[in-house]
Amino acid sequence: MINSSPFTHKSINLPFFMGAVVITLLPALFTYIWFFGWGIAVHMLIGITTALITETIMLKLRHRPVKPFIADNSAIITAVLLAFCIPPFAPWWITVIGVAFAMIFGKHLYGGLGYNPFNPAMLGYAMLLISFPVEMTAWTAPVQMFENAPNLINTLQIILSSSILDPVLFDAITMATPLDTLKTQLGLEQDLMTILKEPIFGVMAGKGWEWINVAVLAGGCLLMLKKIINWHIPVAVLGSLFIMSGIFYLIDPQTYISPVLHLFSGAAMLGAFYIATDPVTASTTVKGRLIFGAGIGILTYTIRTWGGYPDAIAFAVLLMNMATPMIDYYTQPRVFGHDGEKQ
Amino acid sequence: MATSYNTIIKDGLWDNNPAFVQLLGLCPLLAVTGTAINGLGLGLATLLVLVSSNVTVSLIRNIVRPEIRIPAFMMIIASFVTAIELLMNAFLHDLYMILGIFIPLIVTNCSILARAEAFASRNRVSYALTDGLMMGLGFTFALLAIGGLREILGHGTLFQGAHLMFGQQAEWLTITLIDDYRGFLLAILPPGAFIGLGLLIALKNVIDKKLAQPIAQPVISEVPATN
Repeated sequence: MINSSPFTHKSINLPFFMGAVVITLLPALFTYIWFFGWGIAVHMLIGITTALITETIMLKLRHRPVKPFIADNSAIITAVLLAFCIPPFAPWWITVIGVAFAMIFGKHLYGGLGYNPFNPAMLGYAMLLISFPVEMTAWTAPVQMFENAPNLINTLQIILSSSILDPVLFDAITMATPLDTLKTQLGLEQDLMTILKEPIFGVMAGKGWEWINVAVLAGGCLLMLKKIINWHIPVAVLGSLFIMSGIFYLIDPQTYISPVLHLFSGAAMLGAFYIATDPVTASTTVKGRLIFGAGIGILTYTIRTWGGYPDAIAFAVLLMNMATPMIDYYTQPRVFGHDGEKQ
Repeated sequence: MATSYNTIIKDGLWDNNPAFVQLLGLCPLLAVTGTAINGLGLGLATLLVLVSSNVTVSLIRNIVRPEIRIPAFMMIIASFVTAIELLMNAFLHDLYMILGIFIPLIVTNCSILARAEAFASRNRVSYALTDGLMMGLGFTFALLAIGGLREILGHGTLFQGAHLMFGQQAEWLTITLIDDYRGFLLAILPPGAFIGLGLLIALKNVIDKKLAQPIAQPVISEVPATN
C-alpha cells in the first residue's frame, strides 16, 4: 500500500484530537451564542444527531463495525464545524441535509474517514450555499442590536417551523453580514470610510463577528501550543491573507478592505485553525502545508474581493483540497541516504 | 459470436446499456436531463437516429470499402440528425428551442458511431435494426431516469412541460409531487447530473449483484475493522 508522506509517523489518538478540537471551540461557541442567540446551539444539536445517525447507517451499510468508528468523534466535528457556517435562524432541514450530504457524499462514498479528498463539512456547506441561497444567506445582526431579541423558545419555534417565517419578525432580524454589506456597498461605488460607519461594524470588523474570530483565534492558538495541530497551515493561511490584503490596502485604502478587517471577518479564523488543518484532506509535508495554507489565503482574498460570494473560506479550502495530492507529490522530503537533486 | 435477438435485446436495455454501462454519450446525458421530458425528447431523437443509421450502415456494409467506412458512417449519421433536427423544428418547436444545440450534437454522440462500427457494419439488417432500437431504448430509459430523478429532487414535479412534447392534451401528465416545494438547486445544476448518474449506476450494480447471487444466502462473516 502506498502511503502519502510522511512515511514514518506517530499514530495520532483520533478521539483525543477530535475531542480537543471541540473543547477549544467552546469559547467561540459561547461568544457566538452571546452575539447571535441560541440558533447555533440548536443547529449544533440537530447536526450532531444527524451526523451520528447517518454515520451509523452508513457504517452498517458498509458492513463496518459501528462502535470504533463512532467513537473517533469525527462525525461530531463535521457537524460542529458545519453548524458554525449556518445562519442561526435557518430552518432545521438545512442542517439535516447539509450534515447528511457531508457524511454520505463527502466521507462514506469515498471509503470513510481517511479516504475523503474533500473536507466533509465544507462540502456540505458549499452544497447548501449553492442549493439553498435564500436560506443560507439569511444572516442576522447581533442580538444586542434589536430590542426584543428572540429567546431560546422563539429560536426553537423559528428553526423548527418548516413554513415560511413570520415576515414581520423575520424582516426585523435578518441583515446582510458585514462582508456582504462591504461587497454590495463597494459595488455601488460607496466610500469605504462611510460604509464602515454603519452600525453593524464594530472596533475591528463586523460587530459580534470580530469577537467570535478572536475567540476562535484563542482556541486555535491553544491547539497549536499543545501541538495538536501544526503551526504551518494556520500561519500560512492568515499570513497570505494578511499580505494579499495588505498589498492592496496600501495601493488604495479607499476601495480595498484593511488586512485586520479581513482577518477578523467571516470564517477566516475558523477556516485557518479548524477547517484547513483537517489531517485527512490537508497536505502532509511541511513545505506542502505552507503552500496549501498560502493557497487558501490567496484564494480567499481573491474570491472575497473579486468573486461572486462575500466569504470564500469553503471554496478556497475545497479548491486546495483538490490540489493536495499534487502538492504532496512535488514536496516529498528527501529520504536520508538518497540523492536530493537528480544530477 | 452467437448473435440472437435475446442477447441483443438484453444487451441494449440492460447488460450493455449505452449510458449506464458503456458510459457513452454523456454530454447530452448530463446537459439536458434537467427534467424528465427534456430527457425523453432527446432520448427519442437519439433513438430515431440510431435505428435509421444502424439499418443504413447494415445495408451498405458490403459495398463500402473498409478504408473509408468511418467517413461514410459519419455522413449517414449526420444526414439523419439533420433530418430529425428539421422535423423537430417543424413539429415540436418548443422542445426544439429548449434542447437547442444538443440536437445537432447527436452527431457526435459516440454511442451511435460505436453501434455502427461495432455492430451494424458486421450484422444483417434485421439484427442491426433490433440493436439500434434496443440501444436507443436503453439510452432513452437512462435519460428519462436521470431526468426524472433530477426533476423530482430539483423541482418537486414529474413530467413538467409534457405539453411541449405531446401537445396540449397531455398537460395532465405533469404531476406535482410536493406542493410548495422550494427547490433543490444542486439537482438541477450540472453537479446534480453527475451525482445522479453515479447514484443510478450504483443502483444498477446493486441490482446486478442481487440478481447474480445464488438463492441460498451465504453466511455473512464479520468484517474486521482494518482499513
